[in-house]
Amino acid sequence: MADDGGRPAAGRDGWRAAAAQGLYAYGLIVRMWVRSTLAYRASFVMMAVGNFAACALDFVAILLMFSRIDALGGFSLPEVAFLYGTSGLSLGLADLLLGSMDRLGRRVRDGTLDVLLLRPAPVFAQVAADRFALRRLGRISQALLVLGWSVTRLEVDWTVGRVLLVVLMAVCGTAIFGAVFTTGAAFQFWAQDAAEVQNSFTYGGNALLQYPPTVFAKDLVRGVTFVVPLAFVNWLPALRLLGRPDPLGLPGWVDFLGPAVAALMCAGAALAWRYGLRGYRSTGS
Amino acid sequence: MTDPAGTDPEPLIDVRGLEKVFTVRRKAGRLRRVREEVRAVDGITFQVPRGEMVGYIGPNGAGKSTTIKMLTGILVPSGGRLRIAGIDPARERTRLARRIGVVFGQRTTLWWDLPLADSYELVRRMYRIPDAVYRANLARCVELLDLAPLLAVPVRQLSLGQRMRGDIAAALLHDPEVLYLDEPTIGLDVISKAKVREFVREVNAERGTTVLLTTHDLTDIEQLCRRVMVIDHGRLVYDGALDGLRAAADGERTLVVDLERELPPIDGVPGARTVRVEGPRQWLVFPAAQSAAPLVTAVAERYPLVDLSLREPDVESLIAELYARGATGTEPGRRTPDGQGAPA
Amino acid sequence: MWCVAVAAGSFRRYATYRVATAAGVFTNTVFGFIVAYTFVALWAERPHLGGYGQAQALTFVWVAQALLAAAALMGGGGLEELQERIRTGDVAVDLYRPADLQLWWLAADLGRAGMQLIGRGVVPMAVGALVFPLALPGDALTWGWFLLSVLLGIVVSFGLRYLVALASFWLLDGSGLSLISGLACMFFSGMLLPLRVFPGGFGEVVQLLPWAAILQVPADVLIGARSGGALLRGLVFQAAWGAALLALGRLVQSAATRRVVVHGG
Repeated sequence: MADDGGRPAAGRDGWRAAAAQGLYAYGLIVRMWVRSTLAYRASFVMMAVGNFAACALDFVAILLMFSRIDALGGFSLPEVAFLYGTSGLSLGLADLLLGSMDRLGRRVRDGTLDVLLLRPAPVFAQVAADRFALRRLGRISQALLVLGWSVTRLEVDWTVGRVLLVVLMAVCGTAIFGAVFTTGAAFQFWAQDAAEVQNSFTYGGNALLQYPPTVFAKDLVRGVTFVVPLAFVNWLPALRLLGRPDPLGLPGWVDFLGPAVAALMCAGAALAWRYGLRGYRSTGS
Repeated sequence: MTDPAGTDPEPLIDVRGLEKVFTVRRKAGRLRRVREEVRAVDGITFQVPRGEMVGYIGPNGAGKSTTIKMLTGILVPSGGRLRIAGIDPARERTRLARRIGVVFGQRTTLWWDLPLADSYELVRRMYRIPDAVYRANLARCVELLDLAPLLAVPVRQLSLGQRMRGDIAAALLHDPEVLYLDEPTIGLDVISKAKVREFVREVNAERGTTVLLTTHDLTDIEQLCRRVMVIDHGRLVYDGALDGLRAAADGERTLVVDLERELPPIDGVPGARTVRVEGPRQWLVFPAAQSAAPLVTAVAERYPLVDLSLREPDVESLIAELYARGATGTEPGRRTPDGQGAPA
Repeated sequence: MWCVAVAAGSFRRYATYRVATAAGVFTNTVFGFIVAYTFVALWAERPHLGGYGQAQALTFVWVAQALLAAAALMGGGGLEELQERIRTGDVAVDLYRPADLQLWWLAADLGRAGMQLIGRGVVPMAVGALVFPLALPGDALTWGWFLLSVLLGIVVSFGLRYLVALASFWLLDGSGLSLISGLACMFFSGMLLPLRVFPGGFGEVVQLLPWAAILQVPADVLIGARSGGALLRGLVFQAAWGAALLALGRLVQSAATRRVVVHGG
């Protein structure tokens, strides 16, 4: 992700240097946060378990539903679990990698963002690594468990191609959610108290994607396909894997647009971030 | 160190006509908001040669922090030209970052839950400081700032003074050419303050580090800087030797006279006025530029004089005087955002 | 009385967070939509699940979103400040004040809840009512009972959170307990799924726990699932838990006070 005018030279080399510098700084800061976390080992274990439990309770609610019904929106429990696992995994990974970006507003308010601007590293990398929280492995492991269980129960012929599709789904989903986290943070350059808005798209998006699209109104499905394309996180590729028709009746090749959509969203997020940071550096607020 | 010409034809800090204009939206009536331009920094020009220590002072909201933020590359100027060691801070923020050190007195950059040494290790890696340089710099800082017993202590357990020493060391490990100190002694006890000042002086003398110091504690300035710049309402109202500040401020001197007995306020002495009477003792003020001798003669001729003393103005009152004049020189009600208090 | 002043001050304080309130309203509304659609699907599959009609189930969703901030259904709620004061030892000063600590924080919490009920509750509820067919009562009396029930629910929620905050007197780091208590509230209040839908004996037990008083009872009052004797029983159930938790809070508070006095803060 490109940074502000911290690059010595423009062009591709400068961009590459900045990216390398950013990754390096990200790694350094993450390591510091992990060590800080491990300074309070008992708290860390408790928070990780809590993170796991919070997600698990979510799934327990779905299990309770299925104790009363056999299918929701025409989808069986393993199918819903597959949606749940893929969406949760993508969100969990994005949350782990850049989940604390929603603290940007606070940093702007209390002036500590300035300190990041004094270091010889891209601000994006520093903000992304800020408060890196290992406890978020709780969500990832819970999602993996649910996904693993669903895979054993689904009547899908797991060819290499299909397995690869699941992996690709997780990667693109992570990128899409990451772009949402970044855009949300960029938005906080203007609205510093609006951290909760992005929850609608991240955690809210996850809550949406863990249920089958047939449950929701067509307009809502259109919205998350064309406006905020969260449907590419798991819905569209998963429907293909599960052999289900897509409720919008889009052409089949759309199911494979995940990588392109993810790239586009990341580019948009990068622009929003640059624009936000430039605004901050010209107004200081 | 890396000056291209070697002979330093360009001052290390070169500021010409620097401007920062903020657009503030102010409430006007119930719903209407009007846009208003605020000139936080309004055409500042100064140069600092390599190795100098300069005090940069001014009241809150005068544009002090805004200037520092532009000098460090945090904020992009609205106008003027700015070079630090030949670098344009706004365009090459990260390249500049490797050449400057910044200490914010009220904002630590150290890692709260980790031992102090870990924070230094991060600085070493992030600035990619060569091992030999890092070891030498750290050893020197540890020695001069008495950090040895603190290196293994988590930062949260350090006192304010210890933390400040730790922060200053962190800002110097990468051999910066310029050191910005923003309120480095705020909240510290007398001993810690003295230690910090002594260290800054040492670093300046030893390595020729250029120091720009903002502070509310004028003792910092008196003890460290021969040159001082005063900013008010976004303009430099004084730039020169600390001694010259007295003359520039047109400060007033005070003549304290002890008379034989209680008398009505002394009157009719040209150029002086009586400001206080306490029994037989009276206080007369007169312009600092005026000689005291004719005044003493005039008083002695007409009043039974027992004793007298002359008081020079102190730096605080001089600056208060400068500020007061600056304030009357511009239109009232103009606000300048400065750091935290910036209206959003 | 000072309690009123504390509550009013707290109300005003939360009223100043306008952007945060707007952001919260937006998020509550989005989540309301998502859950509402899943409930539509659920009740389409099993009409009268838990004794609710579809409109009642949808109303439950929007009541939950409306009360989310006010009753601190997912944790939070401002008592973290007390927790922080206990952790730093500042609470010693509070304990020597003439104002009772529990009453002071209860008043502050009610002020906060009042603001968040209006600021974050009304809009999502209205949006829900506009888009979905809700089972809202037409008579003012039921609304009155609902508000009373909401108030009692907030007191119960306070009682629980106050105990969690006081635990910081004994725990080195209270954040883990806060997290668990938030999770328990989210699950056992019916926030994720109405308690009446929980299966079998488990479903009956969870309706006796204090968390049931926070959301399940007020929601049932509003959607007409409780009236007459059941309404009265519901309110008594809430009041009993409220009183019990406040009493327990007092006990713990006096133990904590003794501890502070012994250890000199």
